[in-house]
Amino acid sequence: MTERDVGLDPTASAVADSLPPAPPQGEEGASQETLTGFAHRWWQGIRAGELGSLPIVVGLAVIVVVFGLLDDTFLTERNFTNLLLQMAAIATIAIGVVFVLLIGEIDLSVAFVSAVGGVVMTLLLRPDDPGWPWWLAIVAALLCTTAIGFVQALVITKAGVPSFVVTLAGLLIWSGVVLILTTQASSVGTIRIQDSTVIGIANDFLPEVWGWIVGGVAVIGYALSQLYTARSRRASGLYGKPLSLIVLQIVGLAVVTFAAVWYCNKDRGVPAAILILLVFLVFWSFIASRTRFGRHVYAVGGSAEASRRAGINVDRVRIAVFMISGFMAGVGGIMLASRLRSVATNTGGGNLLLLVIAAAVIGGTSLFGGVGRVVSALLGALVIASIQNGMDLLGLASGTKFVITGLVLLGAVLVDAYAKRRRAARGVV
Amino acid sequence: MATADTPLLELRGVSKAFGAVQALYRVDFEVRHGEVMALVGDNGAGKTTLIKSVAGIYPFDEGEVRFDGEPVDIHGPRDAAKLGIEVVYQDLALADNLDVVANMFLGRERTRTGLVLDESSMERSARETLDSLSVTTLRSVRQAVAGLSGGQRQAVAVAKSVMWESKLVILDEPTAALGVAQTRQVLDLVRRLAEHDLGVVIISHNLHDVFEAADRITVLRLGQRVAQLRRSETTQQEVVHAITAGTLDHIPGMEDAEVAEA
Repeated sequence: MTERDVGLDPTASAVADSLPPAPPQGEEGASQETLTGFAHRWWQGIRAGELGSLPIVVGLAVIVVVFGLLDDTFLTERNFTNLLLQMAAIATIAIGVVFVLLIGEIDLSVAFVSAVGGVVMTLLLRPDDPGWPWWLAIVAALLCTTAIGFVQALVITKAGVPSFVVTLAGLLIWSGVVLILTTQASSVGTIRIQDSTVIGIANDFLPEVWGWIVGGVAVIGYALSQLYTARSRRASGLYGKPLSLIVLQIVGLAVVTFAAVWYCNKDRGVPAAILILLVFLVFWSFIASRTRFGRHVYAVGGSAEASRRAGINVDRVRIAVFMISGFMAGVGGIMLASRLRSVATNTGGGNLLLLVIAAAVIGGTSLFGGVGRVVSALLGALVIASIQNGMDLLGLASGTKFVITGLVLLGAVLVDAYAKRRRAARGVV
Repeated sequence: MATADTPLLELRGVSKAFGAVQALYRVDFEVRHGEVMALVGDNGAGKTTLIKSVAGIYPFDEGEVRFDGEPVDIHGPRDAAKLGIEVVYQDLALADNLDVVANMFLGRERTRTGLVLDESSMERSARETLDSLSVTTLRSVRQAVAGLSGGQRQAVAVAKSVMWESKLVILDEPTAALGVAQTRQVLDLVRRLAEHDLGVVIISHNLHDVFEAADRITVLRLGQRVAQLRRSETTQQEVVHAITAGTLDHIPGMEDAEVAEA
């Protein structure tokens, strides 16, 4: 996990993720390695249960083929853009859930905490009372959800109650708060958003040129960070990825990114929400993989006792992680409210919690703690949103949709458990 | 003043009681620079209590602790670490999901400009430390610890403990769970620590290992020191005798009787 790449795009980062995590040191000076050597070890890693993002790539391929054959509209540019919009909020909330899963805890309150964020913002935006500017309302909403994460974490760490129970209580409490706030503010229980900036978050699209620029910046940024890492490792005489592989990854990312931008531009353009999601994705990936705090998050998930003895303030890490979860839930809640242009009594309900946790797990973040990447939130959300979208197009009954979504989650958890057992069979873990 | 003869760590008359249980009673103990001191004794003899107190987990009730000739107070693990005392516990305390480098630097990561982890520098230092201890069995320092054998994990834990300009390394049963070849490697590693002029305390139940690695042997029995022996001048029989039947100055539970007599 030390050489994590900041993945910007599902497929290319899937390639990066599938790299063997532990290239052999070899003898002194063996700092170059061949592509075939890498491919060989990658395959060995897969067999040993280090699956990386392989299940995701396979899953997405199956989804595209199945729904593409079953429904003519699934692969259209219009539907592709819709799918991205549906995915954005799920992925955003799932980023926070990934952090919580990384320390081996769970946050069942995220869906309703996100609803609290959306409701608080919407209430503060109401034109006459109190009519806050959009940015102030958003800041206030995010402060609320982050504070909720903080309070829940305090109970978990200081009282020693399992996060499962505390956040389950949170689920009830915050759903109640949403109900109280919405019914108090409006007799019908629905409050409309009238601020055009806030509505734009999930309903605006980037102009064609800006779509290309964002795609270009993403690819160039990825390329520079890869090449910089490779150069600094080589300069200090350490093992580095073969240059051919780096080039292959960059080209792969470029192809997928530009194809996506091109396809979006054929419709209405790249959704603004995707840009917001990407910014958070890059930021949190950086925090998780390149900073001391991120290292401590993984360490706490791997062994809280080892972390404590190493002088890490385990409780502080836990509290920070639950605050991240609350914050990202707030961001996602704002996106959801913006998309529907309103909040209502049922905001945050339904299967949102299931979809978000499923996204993190399907993306490859282990429920057992210590294993996973921030980008898995995006990958898993893509899978989940595609399935939801495809089933909607097919007009399936909602009962059927629940059953299928549940089965997909179960499948992902089984893959996780199977991979863990494969690793254990090798004396790993 | 610290001279060449000054012990690195010297305990004089230290005691520790847990409620009614006298875990240590006026124990003297010392380790010198470049010396491997074995600490042996039966279960409940007070070995673990002794090292945990030195490590700052809980303080001694009475007695004097000198480090490099200076009297010191150790009130927590941080105090011990500051003096250069590192303990490798039996359960090693490694994070399985992290690689060797990340584990060796856990909690003391190096950063560039205070923010970004300096992976290259940490990896280089980790390899240098492992090389200096002639740990050659690791395939890669970027390997997750989960994939290592028991001996390799022990080697990583020991290497981690010597990275921090430590002067005294305490090993709790380092060979307990290891096979023959791996025990060999760990004992070699222990000797190399002493060659680097560190003081080493090794707790072990295995007298064969003790005689292989230690320079001197301290025997505890029922919380008291019953013998301090040079390996070259003693035999396993003598040590076993001390462990099971060493002469006690003070009979536990006899205080009241003594008082009554007086």
